[in-house]
Amino acid sequence: MKYTLSVLVENRPGVLTRIAGLFARRGYNIDSLTVGRTEDERYSRMTIVVDGGQDIVEQVAKQLHKLIDVIKVNDITEVPHVERELVFIQVKSDSNNRGEIMDLLKIFRGRVVDLSKNSMIVETTGDCGKIDAIINALSPYGIKEVVRTGKIGLIRGDGRKN
Amino acid sequence: MKMTGAEALLKILEGYGVKHIFGYPGGAVLPLYDAILNNPNIEHILVRSEQAGAHAAAAYGKYIGQSGVCIGTSGPGATNLVTGIANAYMDSIPLLAITGQVDSSFIGRDAFQEADITGITMPIVKHNYLVKDPKKLVDIIYDAWHIANTGRKGPVLIDIPRNVFEATVDFEPRTDLVKIKGYKPTYEGHQSQIKKAVKMINSSFKPLLLVGGGVNFSKAEKEVVEFVEKYNIPMATTLMGIGTYDETKDLALGMIGMHGMPYANYAVHHCDLLIAVGTRFGDRATGSLSKFAKDAKIIHIDIDPAEIGKNVLIDLPIVGDAKSVLSEILLGIEIVERNEWLEKIIELKSRNRMLLHKTALNPQLIIQKLGDMARDDILIATDVGQHQMFAAQYFKFSQENSLYTSGGLGTMGFGLPAAEGVALAAGGKKQVFCITGDGSFQMNMAEMATIVEHNLPVKILLLNNSSLCLVKQLQHFQCDKRFSEVSFTGNPDFSAMARSYPNMTAYRIENEDEIESVLKEAMSHNGPSLIECIISDENLVYPIVPAKKGLAEMIGVEKW
Ligand SMILES: Cc1ncc(C[n+]2csc(CCOP(=O)(O)OP(=O)(O)O)c2C)c(N)n1
Ligand SMILES: [Mg+2]
Repeated sequence: MKYTLSVLVENRPGVLTRIAGLFARRGYNIDSLTVGRTEDERYSRMTIVVDGGQDIVEQVAKQLHKLIDVIKVNDITEVPHVERELVFIQVKSDSNNRGEIMDLLKIFRGRVVDLSKNSMIVETTGDCGKIDAIINALSPYGIKEVVRTGKIGLIRGDGRKN
Repeated sequence: MKMTGAEALLKILEGYGVKHIFGYPGGAVLPLYDAILNNPNIEHILVRSEQAGAHAAAAYGKYIGQSGVCIGTSGPGATNLVTGIANAYMDSIPLLAITGQVDSSFIGRDAFQEADITGITMPIVKHNYLVKDPKKLVDIIYDAWHIANTGRKGPVLIDIPRNVFEATVDFEPRTDLVKIKGYKPTYEGHQSQIKKAVKMINSSFKPLLLVGGGVNFSKAEKEVVEFVEKYNIPMATTLMGIGTYDETKDLALGMIGMHGMPYANYAVHHCDLLIAVGTRFGDRATGSLSKFAKDAKIIHIDIDPAEIGKNVLIDLPIVGDAKSVLSEILLGIEIVERNEWLEKIIELKSRNRMLLHKTALNPQLIIQKLGDMARDDILIATDVGQHQMFAAQYFKFSQENSLYTSGGLGTMGFGLPAAEGVALAAGGKKQVFCITGDGSFQMNMAEMATIVEHNLPVKILLLNNSSLCLVKQLQHFQCDKRFSEVSFTGNPDFSAMARSYPNMTAYRIENEDEIESVLKEAMSHNGPSLIECIISDENLVYPIVPAKKGLAEMIGVEKW
């Protein structure tokens, strides 16, 4: 199963290395990892999606917590939270199927951000399931390249109390 | 007060009561060594390799109960520290490692003697720092000391570029408590968990206390004594837990594990409640996890929450400091009649012995005699090999904090520098025996020079079998006696070599009847000496818990 950890860390050089190193050393699987500054520039927030059993994720959380640069670790998998991921997909297309693809994009609220003779780049945001779905939907046309940001997440306003 | 970064470092260490630091000079640490020359309060011990400095500082720190300090220059000086740092990390020993680094303007350009030591040591330190801004130096040193010495202890490294040592910094001694946002160790156990533990212990018929190295670090020996002597709860230890309680007592079962005492292993197998304190359930201690204490409920007390449930499934976790949690539990438990269990323990103890494979001069016997002669007086440092296991099994430790050995990393070469560090920490008042083998000894034997320079009361008990006998033993059992690269044919005359150091005496033991007289002679004077024992390479450490077997499935147990 996939678990989502929201991790507040010191915004210092080397923090990402420490966390990535910890995952590598202990053999944990990172599904995705995003990091960016928070409202307070001294700290960054990471959203880490981990693949594994409950026991592994508990270990991951505890080991993360042991790092001095880690301030807080929240397993938000079961906590009400919002989550988004951004994706760019470069898909093969020409004048014959462009319209068809544009129709498809409407369903996913995707946008075309680049267009050339034989391909286009589309963009969309959504939860990870939606991103998987749009990639699936476009794959019959021939996908040339995909880049995903990985998931970011935040606990909902009343989520902390639960 | 304005001073250089190097001077500020020494001032802070002085403030923490540091009396000795172990190190080796070089280009990047020139400014630090210049400052050392002006400092009358801290004595620098010039070791013969940085690795030895790190081991010596770790053992020194374990003895005095606060981190030792070691220094290496940039590049090779720093990389030589790595084994010592990893060793301290695995055994949770507080250690402050200071490395010099090339000028900060050169970092990243593959300058002469540049090594990314913070990158290299990241997985083997509790934390590390590269100080690029001299303004941050003072706070970093305070933080580093605090991290090394609190919670689950461990090594912290500070990498300091030469220009930061030289920079002028503003230094005021800090008196406030160090606070670090992401670091708050838990010392007190949760009250409801403690209540549950009390209940479990009171209703247990066959409880066993299992003591790990954390009990040594937390200084909870008195609490252990009370568990055993007032409440009649038998106890066993891990290798790192040795020296928390007098092993000559009836209810002390000694070390468990792959080469543990047979009765200690059986007790783990038969108990209905295991109260494990300050242990990480390392694989050499537990044997097969699925068979470990399988009829018992397990209470796990540890200061590091990440240890709980890491290897063994726990029925009741208590996160906290061993001393604090044990003393809380002691307030609640009652004296319960458990005669059947105690009789069983005594019976296990009297009916199961380690098989002794008789050779011309058994090393087991030498160590047993040493214990009988000086158990309450001397301290022991060991290297890694058969001799280490014999020391753990046959010496019968009686004093607190009296064994210095490499557990988690199993580092050959630890023994001699460790003995040096402990002898210095004890102020020369205790003789320290370094129980070593010819393989391990040769890894750091250059430290004899340091020991001689400081006239430390270190006695090297060299069990010379001209072989890497523990590995030979593995090949005996696991490789069908195909012995590959485990014999030494070019060993020096160790006694002659020892005698070539100024003021070092040397002895030789070749027969059983020489053991006592030679040991007595060696102990009769306080200076350094080497006692070479010529032993067979056919000895075997028994018992053995074979790979994937449970603790009760030992081979090499003599029953009667
Ligand atoms: C640095 C290091 N290298 C290799 C080993 C693997 N090893 C474990 S015990 C041992 C043999 C030790 O020989 P010696 O010190 O002579 O002790 P003996 O077993 O002969 O008593 C070896 C090579 C180790 N533990 N540490
Ligand atoms: Mg040997």
